[in-house]
Amino acid sequence: MLSETTYGELQEIAARYPEPRSGLLPMLHLVQSVEGRITPEGIEACAELLNITAAEVSGVATFYTMYKRRPVGDYHVGVCTNTLCAVMGGDAIFERLKDHLGVGNDETTEDGKITLEHVECNAACDYAPVMMVNWEFMDNMTPETAMQIIDDLRAGKEVRSTRGPRIVTWREAERVLAGFPDDLADEGPAAGPASLVGLGIAREKGWTAPAGAQGENGHAVPEEPRQVEQAAAEASPPQSDNATVEKESGTSETAAEKGDAQ
Amino acid sequence: MTDVLTPVLTDNWDQERSWTLAAYEQRGGYQALDKAFSMAPDAIIDAVKESGLRGRGGAGFPTGMKWGFIPQDNPKPKYLVVNADESEPGTCKDIPLMMASPHTLVEGVIISSYAIRANKAFIYIRGEVLHVIRRVQRAVQEAYLAGHLGTNIHGSGYDLDIVVHAGAGAYICGEETALLEGLEGRRGQPRLRPPFPAVAGLYASPTVINNVESIASVPSIIANGHEWFASMGTEKSKGVGIFSLSGHVKRPGQYEAPLGITLRTLIDLAGGIREGHELKFWTPGGSSTPLLTAEHLDIPLDFEGVGAAGSMLGTRALQIFDDTTCVVRATLRWTEFYKHESCGKCTPCREGTWWLVQVLAALEKGQGNEEDLDLLLDQCDNILGRSFCALADGAVSPVASSIKFFRDEYVAHLTHGGCPFDPAAATVFAPAGATA
Repeated sequence: MLSETTYGELQEIAARYPEPRSGLLPMLHLVQSVEGRITPEGIEACAELLNITAAEVSGVATFYTMYKRRPVGDYHVGVCTNTLCAVMGGDAIFERLKDHLGVGNDETTEDGKITLEHVECNAACDYAPVMMVNWEFMDNMTPETAMQIIDDLRAGKEVRSTRGPRIVTWREAERVLAGFPDDLADEGPAAGPASLVGLGIAREKGWTAPAGAQGENGHAVPEEPRQVEQAAAEASPPQSDNATVEKESGTSETAAEKGDAQ
Repeated sequence: MTDVLTPVLTDNWDQERSWTLAAYEQRGGYQALDKAFSMAPDAIIDAVKESGLRGRGGAGFPTGMKWGFIPQDNPKPKYLVVNADESEPGTCKDIPLMMASPHTLVEGVIISSYAIRANKAFIYIRGEVLHVIRRVQRAVQEAYLAGHLGTNIHGSGYDLDIVVHAGAGAYICGEETALLEGLEGRRGQPRLRPPFPAVAGLYASPTVINNVESIASVPSIIANGHEWFASMGTEKSKGVGIFSLSGHVKRPGQYEAPLGITLRTLIDLAGGIREGHELKFWTPGGSSTPLLTAEHLDIPLDFEGVGAAGSMLGTRALQIFDDTTCVVRATLRWTEFYKHESCGKCTPCREGTWWLVQVLAALEKGQGNEEDLDLLLDQCDNILGRSFCALADGAVSPVASSIKFFRDEYVAHLTHGGCPFDPAAATVFAPAGATA
């Protein structure tokens, strides 16, 4: 049975959108975070809240590959086997992990820890071969490093993404996808090494974009600082009816301060 | 003369905590927004038109013109939807952009929404990139707290709300009308056009759908002037773009350059093809753009140059394969991808991609005969241009182009009784000097 809290959060998701049904994808992510998979109860709950049929919800839940009808382990491990990663070693990694774990594609280990799946291109081709753990990047894998990560996860050791934070559980990840952020956004680097290769060469050679009408290197610099100050002076104060804004506004610079900082 | 590499969107990626509002504002972030608010919305649309910015999601449609199609006399709400469903095989530019500098995107969303007079915008991010979603969620939250979002932004009287929406795994949702279906809580199946989204998009209201890199380009265009942007690139392909090199080069990664740079230059910057090997084939803009070979190293990588060579610029996803790679294996794998990702709506795509896999899989094992190559091309003819969207058109690209350039290699599979290549030699962890 889904709790009252979950019902409330499902409604909260639907309320983000001009039309509630737009919330269905994140609502199903929330169902997964609570139930560990898409359950009949979860489907019924979404249908009831959105005033559509369970068949319509099932139609959506069966269309998207991230929705699982069988229980997913604590850690979903996705090995990219689209062409580029496959060629660079993804096929070998996937084969090795299947052997190592004794499971096939889209299957879960008996201890309920690891669900293994081959995935399509995950937009990290400059870090090939790529593996995803609970949809966090594990870049530049080899069969050995991939196996080590799996072993560490099964042993309960902390594992960190190569370009992100410590790995949370699959259910916790699904909650973020439902639009309920955890507090990990500031962990990990701004960019991995491959993302910075071109920039590094440009820095070394002194290459830049041409100076813009109002500044150098494409930086946004205001034409007349006075305009900014004026705009800041006219800016209304933070909404006092928003507790979050009120609570946190002290940590964010005011527009006037920003103008002065230039 | 413009420099070889011209970091604009990537310029702050090496900054300490570049994803934070503080870091972004330290570099003048959110000041283009004030300039935008001092302009009439139509003047922003004109500036983007004049800049020559063309859609960075692959199709290259002029962004300002797209915005101009929004019927402002339509009483319904207008919407901006950012397509952050980056999934085209080989494409990996929007994800690092949102990871390193989500505020560039958010500022672009605000200016673009103001231009088209939308008060609600959506950023549809593929679900499989958790940390990127965190960073964008946080950036939107920070922007609200700083008064860059919400009501009466910067005292302009303009209101905007942004919803960050996570997808759930479907390549097809990168197609703009399928994306809208997903955003409406339905199966992601493309819509028949017309009507185009500009007239009847999200909730049948006027909607602009733009790629992440397109929208992220807007603040710099407004801040520096459309002439600045148009001073880079080529005559009909203006400005800068992020070129993503992957595969068998020494330094794969992101290289931001004026449109028109050549692959030869990019491979040189990337340290060349890996030691002891040479370039065999490459995709200019993802797997949906026909393969090219070493004879195309000097074509300008702009919309016209790549088009004239028989392919498409696409997303500048340059997947580089050296002589250890079996082109039949590569093509089969891409084709399996299209079969898996076909949404099933249109018969030529649903059935056609299935048949392509059947024939290719047999050929890869050395089964069948040479006439099967003509059968494949005949199947391609019956798939191309016969579906609602471009997925099926993309699916035939690797098949037709690989047969065009590497027919002998297909035949070699038949004469060899299977694949003549050793897949281990193509991997990054292959022993040095391994050959196919």
